[in-house]
Amino acid sequence: MSWFRKEKKPKEPVEQRPVTIPEGLWIKCEDCKEIVYRKEVEQNLNVCTRCGYHFRLTAAERFEILFDDSHFKEFAGNIRSGDPLEFRDTKRYRDRLKVYQQRVGQGDAVRCAEGSLEAMPVVICAMEYAFMGGSMGSVVGEKITLAAERSVEKKEPLIVVSCSGGARMQEGILSLMQMAKISASLHRLAAAGLPYISVLTDPTTGGVTASYAMLGDLNIAEPKALIGFAGPRVIEQTIRQTLPEGFQRSEFLVEHGMVDIITPRAEMKPTIGRFLRMFNAH
Amino acid sequence: MNGDPSQFEEPILQLRREIEALTAEEGSEQGAEIQRLREKLTRVTDEVYSNLTPWQKTLVARHPARPYTLDFIGAVFEEWTEIHGDRKFGDDPAIVAGFARLKGKACAVIGHQKGRNTKEKVYRNFGQPRPEGFRKALRVMKLAEKFALPVFTFIDTQGAYPGLGAEERGQAEAIAVNLREMAGLEVPIIVTVIGEGGSGGALALGVGDRVFMLEHAVYSVISPEGCAAILWKNPAAAQDAAAAMKITAKDLKKLGVIDEIVSEPSGGAHSDPEAAAAILVPYLERALKELQKTKGNLLPEERYKKFRKIGYFEKG
Ligand SMILES: [Zn+2]
Repeated sequence: MSWFRKEKKPKEPVEQRPVTIPEGLWIKCEDCKEIVYRKEVEQNLNVCTRCGYHFRLTAAERFEILFDDSHFKEFAGNIRSGDPLEFRDTKRYRDRLKVYQQRVGQGDAVRCAEGSLEAMPVVICAMEYAFMGGSMGSVVGEKITLAAERSVEKKEPLIVVSCSGGARMQEGILSLMQMAKISASLHRLAAAGLPYISVLTDPTTGGVTASYAMLGDLNIAEPKALIGFAGPRVIEQTIRQTLPEGFQRSEFLVEHGMVDIITPRAEMKPTIGRFLRMFNAH
Repeated sequence: MNGDPSQFEEPILQLRREIEALTAEEGSEQGAEIQRLREKLTRVTDEVYSNLTPWQKTLVARHPARPYTLDFIGAVFEEWTEIHGDRKFGDDPAIVAGFARLKGKACAVIGHQKGRNTKEKVYRNFGQPRPEGFRKALRVMKLAEKFALPVFTFIDTQGAYPGLGAEERGQAEAIAVNLREMAGLEVPIIVTVIGEGGSGGALALGVGDRVFMLEHAVYSVISPEGCAAILWKNPAAAQDAAAAMKITAKDLKKLGVIDEIVSEPSGGAHSDPEAAAAILVPYLERALKELQKTKGNLLPEERYKKFRKIGYFEKG
């Protein structure tokens, strides 16, 4: 069974699309297929001006949207993936890492920062999908655990914005164990009475969903995001039938009681702010 | 790629057939020959089983005759009494859960359960749990905590079931909640990987104070076939994927993921299930004795430290 949906797996860096939106004045919306003016979309928080499709964001763009005055202090930025298994498929993991570090940045598949959200101090982790499909290896595990520990220590709410295909196979069992490690740190956060808000964005699948993404005191999803455990392809192969329209999308998860609320990007910060004030978190 | 363990077991099976044939024959002068063949069988078996590749271990872990959770439970515990259902939706036969005694001491026992014949396999959903199974497991763990009983879990699944209903009913949520709640459970949790440890569905019973693993069991983030299909774009590369992912007990010990390797009888657990269970018992007893020295409410802290340090990264 696969953590990744085959069709959505991270492409080779050389042929990879830029992080969110293709270069050029005009872009094609992946959902409504309309050609829309790039600048307009960017000014609209990277949401399609025609249909409301939410383009994928970088971790930095998330921070800009969520932190007051786009001001934040990043931490744990010096933790890099090693190659514990000396893993090699058609290419060496070590070499793949180098390419992603050069193209995407040094933060691996998650970045963590502190700052204020509507004047409340918070810790935010935002996943970086462009870094190997946002896959969770030892670095993601360590950074989110550090973030949860920092939340406990400073008595600040934790917000994690997920965007990931799941566990990073190149780190084998160590990546699986990060699910346990992060979930254990969230147990401590819960025991300390601190809010944990999980924001689920397109896509959130596999081991990320089956650990921290589903454990929010509140699970808040962006519209139409793919959210699930097994990838749709794997499910189709298993049950040998076509999946219904809208299966594993945010709206489906609300209907089945797994997500609390769907919040468009423009409403995300005020919505989180409102809850945190009511939870009297600080 | 050969998915049949008889490929590397053939020399062993051949010798067994020869011995059987000779034993069936009448005549006293065959005794010495049988003895010679028996010694050779031991030698060949040890040779084959001490040189298994990671892929071959995968096949041993999936061996149709390998002892499953209920086989171990029957041989290890007394007064085993199974209970059913998650009190929310239904019962999942892919996970068995209940209460028993280990050398007289009451405990909770939970494990993935595969089926032996076609009918059983279907009933057990090939050992692939749905959310109800994980929720039942957690219910029993919480009961154990309430009555201050230790928890023993047995891991043997190729993974959580990737089905439509399982997704609708929150497969991911069920696994995630188990991970978090096991981390905080205030009674000892002793985990044994007896066969296949397949991804999140395995880990959902795997957050313990002690993690044992049978010599020929495997434990991985994704099946070798799944990994091969995604990274090699070729399911036939499963042997390469099995080797690359480091899925054997020895690898996991080295990576700090398991505490101890439990040896199997010569020729693997399936060649002598009773012996395999007998080897495991003292490990479970010793772990329990050690863990009961720690007050229950201090166990989560120790467990946290244990999982906190798993992982490999560089700084700077
Ligand atoms: Zn659109």
